[in-house]
Amino acid sequence: MAQGDLAKVGRTPLLGLGGVGLRPNIYDLAIFILIAAAFVAMAYGAGEVTAPVARLTVAPVTLDPANLPGYALRTTLRMFAAIGASLIFTFVVATLAAKSRKAELVIVPALDILQSVPVLGFLTFTVVFFLRLFPDSELGAECAAVFAIFTSQAWNMAFSFYQSLRTVPADLDEVSRHFQLSPWLKFWRLEAPFAAPGLIWNTMMSMSGGWFFVVASEAITVGDTTVKLPGIGSWLATAIDAKDIGAVVLAVATMAVVILAYDQLLFRPIVAWADKFRFEQTAAQQRPRSWVYELWRRGHVVRRITLVTSWIGRTVSLLPIPLTQPPRRVVVAPRTGRGSDILWRLVILAVVAYALWRIVLFTEASLGWGDLLTALEMGLLTLLRVVVLISIASAIWVPVGVWIGLRPWAATRFQPLAQFLAAFPANVLFPMAVVLIVSLHLDPNIWLSPLMVLGTQWYILFNVIAGASAFPTDLREASTLFRLRTWQWWRKVILPGILPYYVTGALTASGGSWNASIVAEVASWGDTKLKAAGLGSYIADATEAADYPRVVLGIVVMSVMVVACNRLVWRPLYRLAERRFRLA
Amino acid sequence: MEIAAVRPASTADTSPLVAVDHVRQRYSKGSGDDLLVLDDISLSLRGNEIVSLLGRSGCGKSSLLRIIAGLMPASEGRVTIGGRAVDGPAEEVAMVFQTFALFPWLTVLENVEIGLEAQKVPPAERHKRALAAIDLIGLDGYESAYPKELSGGMRQRVGLARALVVHPKLLLMDEPFSALDVLTAETLRTDLLDLWSEGRMPISSILLVTHNIEEAVLMSDRILVFSSNPGRLRAEIPVKLPMPRNRLDPAFRQMVDDIYALMTARPTGKQAQGIFPGTGITMELPRVSPNLLAGLMETVAGAPFNGHADMPALAGPLQMEIDDLFPVAETLQLLRFAEVAEGDIRLTEPGRRFVQLDPDDRKRLFAQHLLAYVPLAQHIKRVLDERGTHAAPASRFRDELEDHMSDTYAENTLRAVISWARYGEIFAYDEDSGVFSLDNPS
Repeated sequence: MAQGDLAKVGRTPLLGLGGVGLRPNIYDLAIFILIAAAFVAMAYGAGEVTAPVARLTVAPVTLDPANLPGYALRTTLRMFAAIGASLIFTFVVATLAAKSRKAELVIVPALDILQSVPVLGFLTFTVVFFLRLFPDSELGAECAAVFAIFTSQAWNMAFSFYQSLRTVPADLDEVSRHFQLSPWLKFWRLEAPFAAPGLIWNTMMSMSGGWFFVVASEAITVGDTTVKLPGIGSWLATAIDAKDIGAVVLAVATMAVVILAYDQLLFRPIVAWADKFRFEQTAAQQRPRSWVYELWRRGHVVRRITLVTSWIGRTVSLLPIPLTQPPRRVVVAPRTGRGSDILWRLVILAVVAYALWRIVLFTEASLGWGDLLTALEMGLLTLLRVVVLISIASAIWVPVGVWIGLRPWAATRFQPLAQFLAAFPANVLFPMAVVLIVSLHLDPNIWLSPLMVLGTQWYILFNVIAGASAFPTDLREASTLFRLRTWQWWRKVILPGILPYYVTGALTASGGSWNASIVAEVASWGDTKLKAAGLGSYIADATEAADYPRVVLGIVVMSVMVVACNRLVWRPLYRLAERRFRLA
Repeated sequence: MEIAAVRPASTADTSPLVAVDHVRQRYSKGSGDDLLVLDDISLSLRGNEIVSLLGRSGCGKSSLLRIIAGLMPASEGRVTIGGRAVDGPAEEVAMVFQTFALFPWLTVLENVEIGLEAQKVPPAERHKRALAAIDLIGLDGYESAYPKELSGGMRQRVGLARALVVHPKLLLMDEPFSALDVLTAETLRTDLLDLWSEGRMPISSILLVTHNIEEAVLMSDRILVFSSNPGRLRAEIPVKLPMPRNRLDPAFRQMVDDIYALMTARPTGKQAQGIFPGTGITMELPRVSPNLLAGLMETVAGAPFNGHADMPALAGPLQMEIDDLFPVAETLQLLRFAEVAEGDIRLTEPGRRFVQLDPDDRKRLFAQHLLAYVPLAQHIKRVLDERGTHAAPASRFRDELEDHMSDTYAENTLRAVISWARYGEIFAYDEDSGVFSLDNPS
């Protein structure tokens, strides 16, 4: 049940669901325009580069199994570089949003929208940008890959941290003020521990999603240049070009080993350790366990780490800087901030107006209404795929998840498996599917689609398992006693009971599917190219043709659709689930 | 910890330790009038005494405590501690919280040390003082436990040790025993009083906020009784009974009875319906379930009370504190099912009749009284009757209420009326759409 508990640990409202109202917020629109303008600026910058991006002298990726461990290590390091960047981003940006009202006005809607942007779409711009930043060096491409992973991870982590900072229990906050804890001490004694479970859970989710992007971002084609960084993703791309199914299988196996190791060696120990930060006044019956953590504890590693960190903490807390001084006066909520607030809003408005003007200039020069229509049409096709696939996945995994979740022995076995599968980058498996489609002459428009949910369906499964295992025994017993008919039982008992969990899973799954469409709607095997009509392939095609205006258009349309789905479907559903069906 | 007798054995010295001077506290509601929480409070605390602030919820006693603690500024007036004006958390003051407010991720020892850590006391001395405080308060052996492993009583001991370890002159206690069960609370009170009378705590005075009358009489040298809405200092009662005090002592009982009487006495010049703040449809109503109303009427009607009960006598066996009991009693008074005065509750003729009726007739009688004596219920019913659709959104009434009271009170008032109207079957409310209607889903 450790994993079930784990899922509960991180149950802070999901990004995009925590909002107060359903009404479209004027800030959302403003921030959306700003983000779109940023894309335009990036595309504009990329278009300026007429020379071939760079002549990289990277050692070419070879399909020699002896190289594979090294590649796996490089891939893993990229991943950790990105998670490190995401954590720094989280601490800085989320703290800023929680402490400053002005920053909050911009940051919170920006996080919400950025999470809905298909990050794979603008990989092109970032590659070009970083290659120019570090010309003729591998570093540029490395940075681009790390940045791509970062953009898939940072937002929900920052949001979780921000939410925790905003919901620090009032009595503990009073104690901290009462004993005049310095900001430094307060952060480490109150705010960071309180935020830890949510942040760790979100980091874990982010890392699960991150493997997909690390694989996708290692081999990037922009125009006629292909950058292949040594790693599993590039190995895979090379294997596809060479039609080497054995190499693909090896990549899958390596990936499995890597993810298993990261789960056992890193995250389980951290989750087991972080259990003490759960804000509960009662001891949980079952605590998450980790053999690695037990090993650590027995070997006094934990104690030594604690000694070192507390020594560092103490040394810093004695430094004569404002951060470590007690706050002298009571902080009274200033009521004089009105004027500067209005000024701040005006500044935002001016920037947004300028951004809008630039977008119009940019699109006028290169795009017509016809293009918008095409993109929307393609978007609807992809939307149709997402809807159908999520429905099919739900129809399969909700019953399975309920079955598993209601049986504790099964839940302990399958929950880690489902989480493992969610972390496994599905794009590693794509070539196998493509081989099948090619050899059986199937219609790519239909048969490429399942790839979109291949990796994301597991979010539905493990959330449903968590929901079903948390379902109260007395309610189950009551419904058994009343001998509810099967259909009645599903409709009146279990579906409402797991709804909050299901919505969380389905939202994550559908968001991931949109993102995956960019790599799933186009696939190749050697010289054979398969394509399904949709917004994903639209963006992928435009990227390959270095047609930046259409890349931007595709990304913007996709972002609008994802945000609209979140606002019109998932958020109301989540609120309903929270209000009506949250059990205790 | 130094156990030196900080408290001189002599009688209270005369210079005030704390002086509260014409303090007013108001909250802005965003629109319209501010909400006055504390009105012109002046009091002083000398050394060597335990003083209780006794009042019902909403009388602002916790706000006053926080103003003295320097956790929030007063809107008007000033507070001095040891002659210095309070402009933030003062070093001489330590506080014990109702909810214990322990950090769940820190051990008992680390929790106790937190105040010293903030004062940058070196680790070795910090450790020594914390262990001494833990020892004093009877927690030895629990140093490395986490709060979630402890019972409520033990947790509050940690809260007490954490407050004492910083050697405050003044100990502020915010309903410290109200989250504990009866037995645990009593043990902790006794232990605290023992430490106090033996002079083993390094403090000079205790200011205790409570809504428990017996607790106030049991523990304090002086009781300051607050009235509600807005909070005003209503009476100052010195308690001269010798320590340790016995709850069964007739003088003790008499004092408890007197305070009950004082707290249920109608302020002069107010009508019966003026027991709740506000008038007419904007009267603030407490959320009291119809079951509790019926239950109290049945208890008072039955033996040994036979329709007339002494509130302290009623509160004891029911294990209800004044914050539980008073709202029920006063709602009965509002509905003219009972009369509350001088610490007594007496059923009216309709109240006695109600107890005899079967469930359907009870509902009818309740509905009559609800429409006759609760203006808001009357108002909603009239609006529904007048409208062709016989439906009206709750937001319409909520807005009216919010013009006169805080959002929370408005919500509570509306919830109270919804619950009573459902019982009396006078109108229905749909949770999902937030609409009142005359439909009866029967």
